[in-house]
Amino acid sequence: MNHTHADYQLSQLDQLEAESIHIFREVAAEFEKPVLMFSGGKDSIVMLRLAEKAFYPAKIPFPVLQVDTGFDFPEVLATRDSWVNRLGVRLVVASVDEAVKNGVIVDDGKTSRNRMQIGTLLHAIEEEGFTAAFGGGRRDEEKSRAKERIYSHRDEFGQWDPKMQRPELWSLYNGRLHAGEHMRIFPISNWTELDIWHYLGQEGIEIPSIYFSHQREIIERDGMLLSASESVRPKHGEKVETRTVRFRTVGDMTLTGCVESEADTINKIIDEISIARLTERGATRGDDRFSEAAMEDRKKEGYF
Amino acid sequence: MSDPTAEFVPEPRPRMDLLRFATAGSVDDGKSTLIGRLLLDSKSIFEDQLEAVEATSASKGYDYTDLALLTDGLRSEREQGITIDVAYRYFATPNRKFIIADTPGHVQYTRNMVTGASTADLGLVLVDARQGLTEQSRRHAVILSLLRVPHLVLAVNKMDLVDFDQATFDRIRADFTSFVTKLNVPDLEVIPISALSGDNVVTRSDHMSWYSGPTLMHHLEHIHVASDRDLVDVRFPVQYVVRPKSDEHHDYRGYGGMVAGGVMKPGDEVVVLPSGMTSKIAGIDLFDKDVAEAYPPMSVTVRLEDDVDVSRGDMIARVKNAPVPSQDIDAMICWMTNEPLCQGQKLAIKHTTRTGRALVKTVQYRLDVNTLHRDQDTAQLGLNEIGRVQLRTTVPLLCDPYSQNRTTGSFILINEATGVTVGAGMIN
Repeated sequence: MNHTHADYQLSQLDQLEAESIHIFREVAAEFEKPVLMFSGGKDSIVMLRLAEKAFYPAKIPFPVLQVDTGFDFPEVLATRDSWVNRLGVRLVVASVDEAVKNGVIVDDGKTSRNRMQIGTLLHAIEEEGFTAAFGGGRRDEEKSRAKERIYSHRDEFGQWDPKMQRPELWSLYNGRLHAGEHMRIFPISNWTELDIWHYLGQEGIEIPSIYFSHQREIIERDGMLLSASESVRPKHGEKVETRTVRFRTVGDMTLTGCVESEADTINKIIDEISIARLTERGATRGDDRFSEAAMEDRKKEGYF
Repeated sequence: MSDPTAEFVPEPRPRMDLLRFATAGSVDDGKSTLIGRLLLDSKSIFEDQLEAVEATSASKGYDYTDLALLTDGLRSEREQGITIDVAYRYFATPNRKFIIADTPGHVQYTRNMVTGASTADLGLVLVDARQGLTEQSRRHAVILSLLRVPHLVLAVNKMDLVDFDQATFDRIRADFTSFVTKLNVPDLEVIPISALSGDNVVTRSDHMSWYSGPTLMHHLEHIHVASDRDLVDVRFPVQYVVRPKSDEHHDYRGYGGMVAGGVMKPGDEVVVLPSGMTSKIAGIDLFDKDVAEAYPPMSVTVRLEDDVDVSRGDMIARVKNAPVPSQDIDAMICWMTNEPLCQGQKLAIKHTTRTGRALVKTVQYRLDVNTLHRDQDTAQLGLNEIGRVQLRTTVPLLCDPYSQNRTTGSFILINEATGVTVGAGMIN
């Protein structure tokens, strides 16, 4: 049988998958206590899928950590539970409310829940002694992420120092740590939002229903469409309306906006994103809007 | 809502492949403007990103939108107006996805450029048409060729500022082509462009009818990268041993890894290094499927017919085509930290999935990356310097020359006290 080089060319999605699986295996082999940070969002579901493939037919050899803000979408928690049960992995929940109750962090009434996740997360990592934490960050999301390594070093305070990053060459990752330090690992660094959707479609796997078009009661605030709930009530002059929407990202319900959309299948979502004129974070994440360097500042403190 | 994934037709669009390319240059060369232009013209820039950049440009008093602001990510870089680290950017056209490793151009950031070039299929060097070839553009070509980036493009930028003059372009092309004959550059394309006005970037220029070659985007889209990988010499560094120990898969034992070279098939006779034990491939698994062939850069799990002792750091190769394990390593090293590399120094080394320690036996010469001069009168390498070094390692490395295989021919050096990556090596 005669083959040409063209027969041995992987599609770009297959190359991304292969690279991510390589990273999962490398971490499992070299770190004592890895953990996968799981939000229930599409990126962390892709990560779980990749981890499943990396170790199959064995189980994923590390637990899954979720930071519970107390304002998570119920649909997202349901998807999380379904995945965790199917894969038989241990779920560690780090609750912001518990952290406030135990005095680990302070709720001053002004700090957003998203920011309070930082202390909660770092405490959980320290408590459990995790040495590597997989995150679903992608470099296409935001400018400071574009420069972050796949193995991203955190000091004993959980801080990221963008000026002291280790060079990262070829596919040779350096996982050396001192006591108390840990590594954030970003296996899907090179995936874009579109890649994620193509992969979810290709794999045909379960994601939270709020990603698909549905009817929802919303409140329009500062140009964002927030889901009306006990935590998000109309302020003076605002009204609750029912609109046909979907979420492009999932996070804290009080901060994550939705977009008006008729896209009720993955194919329609891909078509919608292909012509979208706003980044997913710019469109829907209140936490990134405060300053041009908002994400960089939060990352330095130890955000995902 | 029924199952939303049900009606998805996999690969409804033409199959996309991937091109990774590295760019080098300083703000003055217009590199950030060029990348901004590629992103903008391929519609990979979103309105909120463009608005943020327009607002910043206006607040700085510019009368144009500074596309360079799109790519300078870290706050300190924005303050200083320079690019100091490797940044990765993404854009796609219907048939190809592109990953740009955007690196700084100055000599004090050589290590960043080496990093960006390490994974690149193509290197893009920019020159300012008014200045012609500079020390910097020569250095960039040298680094790209040292890192064995198989395709090179010289973009002669700011053609608008030399009145789109053909003679200027021809002179620069001739200079560069003659310089490159001293290097290992299998494929070179030279393209006259203006990043600021977009000439020959995505759309063909109306001002350079004398130029009949491709636009930059057309070239990036059509360059053939499938033949750059080694499909002859089977190299499979074992990364992770998969042992489910479950009732269902009681006897399963597989070796997870990424194929670094060659095409592997069930039935192939293989040798496991360094032990030298031989066996046959029983099967190759990709998740829950058997695959008939595995080739670079697939991540697969390989099962062997015999119960041989295999662990992480071992390598599976063909019986009649395997690397010779060696503890004496001769390599070109790029040094990446302030404290110099000296003879007698001990470092940690990571090569494929193997780690060990290495002793610096000799620093043979330092390569002047501007002139290619070999300075033999040195016993050390400083930050951002590249030189030829001999190492002795505690464990044998299962390696090939870097010129044959960029995966099995490369390694990193780590300072054992700080844990920091301090060197990148390419085996001779």
